[in-house]
Amino acid sequence: MDHDSCRGRRRFLIDMARLAGGAGIASVLVMRPATATPAAMAEAIRQTVGATPPKPGRVKLEIPPLVENGNTVPITVSVDSPMTQQDHVTAIHVFNEKNPQPYVISVDLGPQNGRAMLSTRIKLADSQKVMAIARMSDGSLWSDSADVIVTMAACVEDVPG
Amino acid sequence: MMSAMRRGLTSAILAWSLADIGAAADIPPDDRRSGTTVMGPALQAMQNDDSGNPAGLWLADGQALWDERNGDADKSCADCHGAAATAMKGVATRYPAVDPVSRQPIDLEQRINLCRTTRQKAPALAFESRELLSLTALVARQSRGLPIAVAVTPESRPFIDAGNALFHRRQGQLDLSCAQCHDDNWGRHLGGAVIPQGHPTGYPLYRLEWQTLGSLQRRLRNCMAGMRAEPYAYGSPDAVRLELYLMWRAQGMTWEAPGLRP
Amino acid sequence: MTRPLINVPKTARRGELVEIKTLVSHPMESGYRPGLNGQIIPRDIISSFVCLHDGKEIFRATLSPAIAANPFLSFFWVATTSGTLTFQWTGDNGFSVSESVDIAVE
Repeated sequence: MDHDSCRGRRRFLIDMARLAGGAGIASVLVMRPATATPAAMAEAIRQTVGATPPKPGRVKLEIPPLVENGNTVPITVSVDSPMTQQDHVTAIHVFNEKNPQPYVISVDLGPQNGRAMLSTRIKLADSQKVMAIARMSDGSLWSDSADVIVTMAACVEDVPG
Repeated sequence: MMSAMRRGLTSAILAWSLADIGAAADIPPDDRRSGTTVMGPALQAMQNDDSGNPAGLWLADGQALWDERNGDADKSCADCHGAAATAMKGVATRYPAVDPVSRQPIDLEQRINLCRTTRQKAPALAFESRELLSLTALVARQSRGLPIAVAVTPESRPFIDAGNALFHRRQGQLDLSCAQCHDDNWGRHLGGAVIPQGHPTGYPLYRLEWQTLGSLQRRLRNCMAGMRAEPYAYGSPDAVRLELYLMWRAQGMTWEAPGLRP
Repeated sequence: MTRPLINVPKTARRGELVEIKTLVSHPMESGYRPGLNGQIIPRDIISSFVCLHDGKEIFRATLSPAIAANPFLSFFWVATTSGTLTFQWTGDNGFSVSESVDIAVE
């Protein structure tokens, strides 16, 4: 994934680990660039939805548990809601822990949408937690999260020499 | 300095890890698998959904180019061929093919450029340009679902054999051949990735690593960079012979272009 | 300029749930990635997407650099009346693309 500022060194270490046949080594050796952190994600969530922590439930975050290339990761967020005038989802927010910054996407929804569901494709710089939060028309907040392992493609484009 | 260090270390590690690998054996026809089969369900779904595969953006451009008059002849592709959907059906499964004029194999991109220069009297499009990829994708799309069917004739045979020799030739600073990964070790892991058999069933394809559409020649250049070998120049005889061998090796497999790969 | 791809049924019954899929051509350069010369490639992203039905907003998305190149979005809409669905993408460096499709609602 292209987010880090020390890609060359990271690539080198991953190549080594990869060619040695040990994917596990990569996670130990990889130099971590400055990224968002679980604390930064928590702060971004506070700034977006307020101080009340969302309750787990009603939201379903679908994301492949093993990501083949972090450049494009399909995700679908759906929320259990009747989507009526009286009771609907007003917004869905997606956050991550370890990209350079914690925001991914926010969408505004209403009863006109009929089904509270969003599909898109995101970038993930590394293995990490992704969280989806829904705000309901009564102001309540619900969430789901997923831990994702990001692997790397073999034989990536490189400048020889 | 970093790259020198990288080469040295990777060479040493690779030489060690591949030391016990024996002679190459061709994959039995019934065991051949498209790279699609080693992708997870989410990426397979992305590839197979026409409204979700990003390659669709290039197909739309390709259709516009197909209909656009061009060059000193002021002709469009459609002026000669009619609708791409009917005229181009099956064409991509037969390339590279030996050009009767030059008696050399040419790939689909080169065939399109030959049409541009000789029929439209327009300048050739650059390899990997958006225009050439779009037109190639449009032509390739019309063969989806058909079996690969390159011609095996007295004219093409020497070039298939030459491509075969390239596929099995150790090269580069890691002293590796294509066959060592894609005949001998397919299905095993290289880091987190499964080694595919290397069948060119979906080109041009949208590679997530590239974040764009790309040709088989670009993919082969990536492989060769990974092997620390000098990549074949775009359009060079070696590149096209290797493409031809790969298509022959995948003879009868289902055409999937434009595909999607990690 | 490559046109966006929109997938919407041409016709729908009133009250029918319709899935809308969109793909737009854009590099979504994150602003965190070094180029070949080692310098960071400046951020160039689409930051906003809006879908309108006859001028009335029915869906809005705010995109970050973490959205993949060639952004894909799919969402739902309850078909109300025949009309025009308009899709607008805006972003860095004055990026602005719009596309419209008609839908007949019976």
